[in-house]
Amino acid sequence: MLNLDQYSCLGAALRDALDRWPNETCLIEADREREKTRLTYSDFEDVALPLARALEDAGFDSGDRAAIIMTNQSKWLISAYAVFYRGGVLLPLDYKLTAAEHLQLLAHSKAKSLIVEYYLWRAITQSPEFKNHKLTKVLVTEAPLGADLACAHRWEDFRRKGDPRFVPREREDVACIVYSSGTGGRPKGCVLTHENYLEQCKSLTAWYPFWPGVRYLSILPTNHAIDFMVGFIGPFVCGACVVHLRTLRPEFVRDAFVRYKITYVALVPMILKNLERGLRAKFDELSAGKRFLLYRMIALNKSLTRREPKVGLSRKLLSQVHQGFGGELRAMFTGGAFIEASTLQFFYDLGVPVANGYGLTEAGTSLTLNDLKPFRADTVGKPLPGVELRILNPDSDGIGEVAVHGKTVMSHYLDDPELTAQTIVDDWLVTGDLGRFDGNGHLQLFGRKKNMIVTEGGKNIYPEDIENAFDGLPVKEYCIFAANYLWPAKGLGREMLVLLLRLEQNQEFTDALKQEIIARNRRLPDFKRVGGYLLCGKDFPRTASMKIKRTELAEDVRKVLGRAAVVEL
Amino acid sequence: MTAPKQTLEEILDLAAAHFKVPREKLTPDEDFFKTLGIDSLQALDLLTRLEHHFRIELPDYELQGVSDFRTLAERIQARL
Repeated sequence: MLNLDQYSCLGAALRDALDRWPNETCLIEADREREKTRLTYSDFEDVALPLARALEDAGFDSGDRAAIIMTNQSKWLISAYAVFYRGGVLLPLDYKLTAAEHLQLLAHSKAKSLIVEYYLWRAITQSPEFKNHKLTKVLVTEAPLGADLACAHRWEDFRRKGDPRFVPREREDVACIVYSSGTGGRPKGCVLTHENYLEQCKSLTAWYPFWPGVRYLSILPTNHAIDFMVGFIGPFVCGACVVHLRTLRPEFVRDAFVRYKITYVALVPMILKNLERGLRAKFDELSAGKRFLLYRMIALNKSLTRREPKVGLSRKLLSQVHQGFGGELRAMFTGGAFIEASTLQFFYDLGVPVANGYGLTEAGTSLTLNDLKPFRADTVGKPLPGVELRILNPDSDGIGEVAVHGKTVMSHYLDDPELTAQTIVDDWLVTGDLGRFDGNGHLQLFGRKKNMIVTEGGKNIYPEDIENAFDGLPVKEYCIFAANYLWPAKGLGREMLVLLLRLEQNQEFTDALKQEIIARNRRLPDFKRVGGYLLCGKDFPRTASMKIKRTELAEDVRKVLGRAAVVEL
Repeated sequence: MTAPKQTLEEILDLAAAHFKVPREKLTPDEDFFKTLGIDSLQALDLLTRLEHHFRIELPDYELQGVSDFRTLAERIQARL
């Protein structure tokens, strides 16, 4: 891989990667079983530089902000490289947000340029908030012929001849602004520097190296910190290949493992569980004799790999299982959400290690990762090289809030010094997650101190961000909490949002009100919905400016109501 | 656009068979994630079955934000 210490910015490292491995394949893009694109590093440069030149001619320069809203595909990475080449700041926005949310974040970030897929752009232009946008340059990919693009240009036609000028950036300059959450409420734009990314890449690849010939299957959204690192920067600075799928249908994902002989993949727990479910169903379909034999082989593999993975041996012992994954899978990465130890152990026993880790957008892709020496299903691994972690105010069990210090910690929250000051204290980022270290230096997580949940799909949901979905609800007042915040569980139980209701005097909770809540809840994306409601017996404590004092309210609720009082919706 | 009743009925029949639930348990406007207790990946699995039945191809994004059978039927009808 490239020696990242010698680079001051991502653009320079990526540029050298394209020169160093011109004939290696860097990108494969498939739509179902149809391969659409296959690019070498040299091809990649040939496509990206005319785009960078067109951006230059359009006045895009050092420090200018460009947002990308696209599903995983080659044009995402090509566009990102062109932005970095011109010294720009990238805003990878979550394509799963609504058009109104996209416009809100575009406005908050003050991005003037946007690179977007056609179907997403169509939704954005149809949003009532579109009329207020401040975008000056929009590039739309894959627009059908004759489509009305409003003020946008076709990405495919936005190219200019001639070498673009490379704009270098310093390590402390901003590389990306990544929204960790906060649509609807207080947008949390994490400002990440080139140093943050270069250091993160260095530490991750120290434990899980890439090299030419490695194929990474990109399933997690590329706007997500994990895929941006292990599905773009990491493989590219090592000469490896990224495989994009335009569908997440389980059958095509399974097919891609085999077709492209995948080496690494990063998955959210939900997909991992789906894979587990599928495999267990297949095992159950085997005849009694074959099933007996399979479980004997799994037990043998488990005993022989107790201390460390033995990839070659596992592939021989359980060849059919491994062939189902393409035969060359070395590890699956997961993180960003809690996952059951039994699922991790299930895959490890098959000889497919799941490198479970822990990270947050504010502090880089990953802070801890399982080093597999030996594999531990009950922890999120050890701190990566260069990452310092400590437990603040530990209780008698050693459990306290996890804080992090290191070169991967973000610079600040965009335009929010107050939130930055609350989050980064004396150079230590307080994560809001509760954890402790065991005797072997592994971090164990025990839930959250802050009022938020992380879904199985890896999304951060802050209750206050979705309260406006219940605006005008015919009650005196309401508030949303994470159940684990109201009743700290010190465990990794199912996370749920709870709608706390304060009724008017003499008001009764009627079925009509319940139906109204259900209807409003359904307008939210499924992962943002509240799971139940709770009736509060007294008025909410508020500040002088009438903001709800959430901490105090949570304490009040905790004193009089238990988790059992929640009525599921 | 409103999907013809027949398309909607066929989708409900197929979903009931796919997830092995009684047909009468499924209604056009209820949240199928909740009624069926499925996640978005399992919903994508159903999409494949519907594609085979209607002989169409639906990009994943057509399912984005859809959680009831009536809207799903409208998306499918638009491609028939």
